[in-house]
Amino acid sequence: MADIPSDISQHCPGTASKDAGKASICTNCPNQMICASGISQQPDLTADLIKRKLSTVKNKLLVLSGKGGVGKSTITSLISRSLASSNPDINVAVLDIDICGPSQPRVLGVIGEQVHQSGSGWSPVYIEDNLSLMSIGFLLANPSDAVIWRGPKKTGMIKQFLSEVDWGALDYLILDTPPGTSDEHLSATSYLKHAGITGVIIITTPQQVALLDVRKEIDFCRKVNIPILGVIENMSIFVCPNCNNSVEIFPALTGGGCVMAKELNVEFLGSLPLDPLLAKCCDEGKNFLTEIPESPTILTLQTIVQKIIDRCEKIKHPSEIDTT
Amino acid sequence: MDFEREISNATDCRGGYIAGGVCVFLFVMLEGVKHVLLVLSGKGGVGKSTISTQLALALKESGFRVGLLDVDLCGPSVPYLLNLEDRDVHQSSDGWIPVFADKEQKLAVMSIGFLLKNKDNSIVWRGPKKTGMVKQFLTDVVWQNIDYLIIDTPPGTSDEHITVMENLRNVKCDGALIVTTPQAVAVDDVLREVTFCKKTGIHIFGIIENMSGFVCPSCSECTNIFSAGGGIALSKMVNVPFLAKVPIDPQVGKLAETGQSVLVTLPDSQVAQVFRKLVEELTQSKEA
Repeated sequence: MADIPSDISQHCPGTASKDAGKASICTNCPNQMICASGISQQPDLTADLIKRKLSTVKNKLLVLSGKGGVGKSTITSLISRSLASSNPDINVAVLDIDICGPSQPRVLGVIGEQVHQSGSGWSPVYIEDNLSLMSIGFLLANPSDAVIWRGPKKTGMIKQFLSEVDWGALDYLILDTPPGTSDEHLSATSYLKHAGITGVIIITTPQQVALLDVRKEIDFCRKVNIPILGVIENMSIFVCPNCNNSVEIFPALTGGGCVMAKELNVEFLGSLPLDPLLAKCCDEGKNFLTEIPESPTILTLQTIVQKIIDRCEKIKHPSEIDTT
Repeated sequence: MDFEREISNATDCRGGYIAGGVCVFLFVMLEGVKHVLLVLSGKGGVGKSTISTQLALALKESGFRVGLLDVDLCGPSVPYLLNLEDRDVHQSSDGWIPVFADKEQKLAVMSIGFLLKNKDNSIVWRGPKKTGMVKQFLTDVVWQNIDYLIIDTPPGTSDEHITVMENLRNVKCDGALIVTTPQAVAVDDVLREVTFCKKTGIHIFGIIENMSGFVCPSCSECTNIFSAGGGIALSKMVNVPFLAKVPIDPQVGKLAETGQSVLVTLPDSQVAQVFRKLVEELTQSKEA
């Protein structure tokens, strides 16, 4: 067994440093050869490849939340469907980078579909003429198959999704992410950095235990320096279908998403209620917008989507950005 | 910051070394632990942490000594749920001393939340760093003599899960509790978690369906917000026992602030009954 000096951690220059493998402390390190060879410092060509591939995509949005089960996938599907139905000339695509728990094939109603390979790359699955989806769910032979992968493999998959899918010309590419601030998020943001990320939409639920994790996600966005378009609060109230009384199931003891947004100085885009009909539509993969067009949830959604469109337009014309 | 740096480099550099040596440490550190339970779910936000903390509290109320290890590094919820947010972990010559949730020191808790200076700070770590931290949690925490160690996990089937599974292979891991919510979207992901357990040889105690129905406080009508029956259907499909059905109860959500057991504060509620039964089943199956 290797004998490791106890103080190695404090003096290791790190793999990205120009001293990697060359510092005196590296002498006993089993990774010295790798660090010294300079491999770890070479620029990654993938970022350029992705930049070229996504040059025809106007807006690249990320849907993030530190917390799981808050409705990232549901809201991603709602926003994409709403954008696609608002104007047939707008092309929208969703990329599901939740590798271990892909939900988009179900909520967009294309479960069991297959991805086809063509000369120009993987063809995404089309839900509407102007709405397409790519997810690892399409690549699994069986719905019960588990993707038991560590980080590097997940990163490789995301790299492939970003560089090898033939999206065509797009107005919006929306990335649906898993919860957390780890491999998937770092990979997506670093690969997209050269191509330019329009912004991030943060999803939360009102209760404090979710807000705690969402605060971390906002901290992440600031650390990696990507703009936040705003925060959407999901499951804010529940209207009993029997007596029409509204109840706070996940009580906002600390003021919910709105107060957090103010405190952290990000825009609050709106609140969506907890709607059992919406949950049902997602499970069945139906389009909520056409199934229950009279639902008040849709009105709220449309205001939120309009705000997102406005923010994207604003970011495209940098002179109008307010620097706050 | 110092702390993060220390962990990062130690892990990067010792990658190869640790793999061989870890089992020895693990054996020593978990020697006093009688039973290890994993709480898993492929899906996020289904109530893994709530179930873990309430189960830990319920076991404690039943007179056991319990340890609760939170390996969700990017979104630790256990410190908040047990109202231990400002507490610190202390270092001793034997290792990290966990935080005790009660005066009698019958519930010991370890989470990355205790190691962060600011609750807004994000842990932006890739897999290898997370793996290193999880290993440290498994090898460097002085649990002493506890009856149950409950491990609360993040959603997914990735680094944290693989690491926990690999390291527990040589220790007695009693099995996993799988948490789901009833809707199909959640069941899809939980099905993958069941596959993970089967592939890696983790015994599954059973499935708990959380957020099963909501009883309207004004008209008492029960609405299945997230549809119904998903957990039972799943348990039949994969041939795993169905343990319990936990309804949505905003009162339980509010307990988070106090860190109290539902058995003490709301002894007559449906949720309390569920946990009482769960403790009974778990402890019985152990003795048998």
